Amino acid sequence: MPTDVENWKSEVYGNEIRDHLFEFAEQGFDSIPDDERDAWFERFKWWGLYHQRNGQEGYFMMRIGTPNGVLEPGQLRTVGEIADEYARGPGTNPIFGDAYADFTTRQSIQLHWIELSDVPAIFEKLEENGLSTQQACGDSWRNIVGNPVAGKDAQEVIDAWPVIRELNETFKGNDDHSNLPRKWKVSVTGSADGSGQGDINDLAFEPAYKEVDGEEVVGFNVRVGGGLSRNEPRLARDIDVWVSPERVSDVAGGLSALFRDNGDREDRYNARIKFLVDEWGAEKVRDTLQEEYVDFELHTAGRDVREEYTYNTGAGERNDLVGIHDQKDGTNFVGLNVLVGRMGAEDVLELADVADEYGSGEVRLSQRQNVIVTDVPDDELDNLLDEPILEHYSPSPSPFMRGSVACTGTEYCSLSIVETKNRQVRYARWLKENVELPEDLDQFHIHLSGCTASCAQPQIADVSLRGMKTRKDGDPVEALDVGLGGGLGENPQFARWVTQRVPVDEVPGAIANLVESFADERDEGESFRAFVARHDEDELDAFVDPEETDYEDPMMHNTKRTWYPYAENDSMEDAPSPPADD
Amino acid sequence: MTTRLRVLDDGAWISVNDAREVRVSELWRLDAPDLCECTLTDLVVENFQTVGVDGSTVEARVYGQCIACGETGITDWVPIGRVRGGEFTELDRGAVRRVRREA
Ligand code: HEM
Ligand code: SF4
Repeated sequence: MPTDVENWKSEVYGNEIRDHLFEFAEQGFDSIPDDERDAWFERFKWWGLYHQRNGQEGYFMMRIGTPNGVLEPGQLRTVGEIADEYARGPGTNPIFGDAYADFTTRQSIQLHWIELSDVPAIFEKLEENGLSTQQACGDSWRNIVGNPVAGKDAQEVIDAWPVIRELNETFKGNDDHSNLPRKWKVSVTGSADGSGQGDINDLAFEPAYKEVDGEEVVGFNVRVGGGLSRNEPRLARDIDVWVSPERVSDVAGGLSALFRDNGDREDRYNARIKFLVDEWGAEKVRDTLQEEYVDFELHTAGRDVREEYTYNTGAGERNDLVGIHDQKDGTNFVGLNVLVGRMGAEDVLELADVADEYGSGEVRLSQRQNVIVTDVPDDELDNLLDEPILEHYSPSPSPFMRGSVACTGTEYCSLSIVETKNRQVRYARWLKENVELPEDLDQFHIHLSGCTASCAQPQIADVSLRGMKTRKDGDPVEALDVGLGGGLGENPQFARWVTQRVPVDEVPGAIANLVESFADERDEGESFRAFVARHDEDELDAFVDPEETDYEDPMMHNTKRTWYPYAENDSMEDAPSPPADD
Repeated sequence: MTTRLRVLDDGAWISVNDAREVRVSELWRLDAPDLCECTLTDLVVENFQTVGVDGSTVEARVYGQCIACGETGITDWVPIGRVRGGEFTELDRGAVRRVRREA
């Protein structure tokens, strides 16, 4: 039997949702019929609007999909202005204030506290400036990710940016591909660093060489069925296909149609293509694609460059894109660390000015929730580095600041079990003050996800933290499971969950003890990931060793039982009513 | 009167008549010998799987973990509340819930 969601989708879905959305916005939140709320909230996701959690009725998270994380000159300012004007709600975040933008692990932007009545004005402003929320959530082609500095990166094998643009234009608002069984996450990478993180996407194009008619050509190998969610992490599987840049769209469309027609629409938990690939195997995926979904002969896979991957590998160079790096054209891109991806609206506007002044005005977003100012000439670098805003968003941050990634968590997210972003900020600050990494290491990745959906990509970090509960002195408290040794690269490895349910106030102590054991016992020059790989789970569990320290956690209680964890009167009874329409 | 019961947003909460009523991340005390060996399972509710109704009792099957012993799994039907005259009342959070095996 098809699910309720499938039934709603078969009635109204895709582009047409927009007219209804605008009508509700005009008539007011209360005009959504009582018995149709679930259906409409589900549909609104397709246009990038996600109803915030219980206690925040009538407020929405809005996701803006920026393909490959590219914000053209002027677009960051637009985001800052919208955040400043519209992303203000009844709750004030003690660290980030009243209005801010979140840069996400899929190179998108999230704003909170959006009111339905403001949506038409926001859409108008976004669209005037070439931005959109279309398909940012919901069951369709999501924001396409890749190496954010595509087209500029001196290390690149092939420029993936034109390919990504073509895919975006072809598959956004495309009625044949707008109603898929589940989300469809695509990554296209042209650089040899692996920074597109193809392995954890539903569909990945990775740079590869192939001999075609006696000539070596650069194109892409294809992998299908990666994803991290629900305790069922999968790496995308090699389906033995190489494709030229001109044909990427045909192959991507073929695979998306294959998913549309064959994915499980009766069980949303089993709907992602990773499960279809489990069931079919890579060979059947390839055969079906060839026989039913493309009208040309597919090439077999070409020679990839996976052995050169460095991004999020936990060793070697360029684990992220923070810092100053060469562009092909002789200028530079400067990656700035945005702690847990959140930036106050004023800072967003300030950064837009700085990017204008020293670069081209363009900025790009990475999958580590950071921002990159591009096109900075050599003789402007020093001036850029002297800008006050770079003290906070640093190109050379402490390893613990730099390595921090965190998802949305109980502040807004229905699924979460624990508070995340603010907690990760507190952790990073404490670790910076109290823990010394071995001198040869400038990176240490700690990713915190509030639940198993894994939006912060915990399984590919040195230290993975995932929301849980436990009892401490009999009382329920927020806790974290601790995993170790994850990373991407030629041979990706998901973290192993070694220590369960550590009360949140003992996690910094646990990490301090872990780093100390690592520093004492590592081989000369050994990476943390390699160190983890040669120990068994009991040994690792012993290294973790949770301990109370002078770190204090103000959010130990069930932050989900509040309407907003940081409100003075935080109980559900004090929840604001849905915003009045004005 | 029929009651609309749904699991939504990837199992994050249960909707009763288009209102969000029961959510994940709570700790429930369960009498659930099939799930783990603890006298009472101390379950973190991570995802709702399905929701149904037995008489006036609304029940759900949930995925979660017992924080006393670490066992994870999907429960049989656990009572979560009652509907009377179209009104839903959530079961007291401290209550011990007895799991009903599927007939
Ligand atoms: C209100 C906030 C959010 C909600 C309710 C939410 C919901 C979810 C859910 C339900 C999943 C499981 C996916 C599945 O099985 O299909 C998921 C996975 C994921 N989401 Fe989110 N999410 C939120 C915020 C974010 C943010 C901030 C990002 C960054 C754009 C993000 C990126 C991801 C990633 C990378 C995964 C895991 C990888 C995968 O399985 O594909 N999510 N999210
Ligand atoms: S990982 Fe879980 S808690 Fe965090 S944003 Fe995603 S769904 Fe929410």
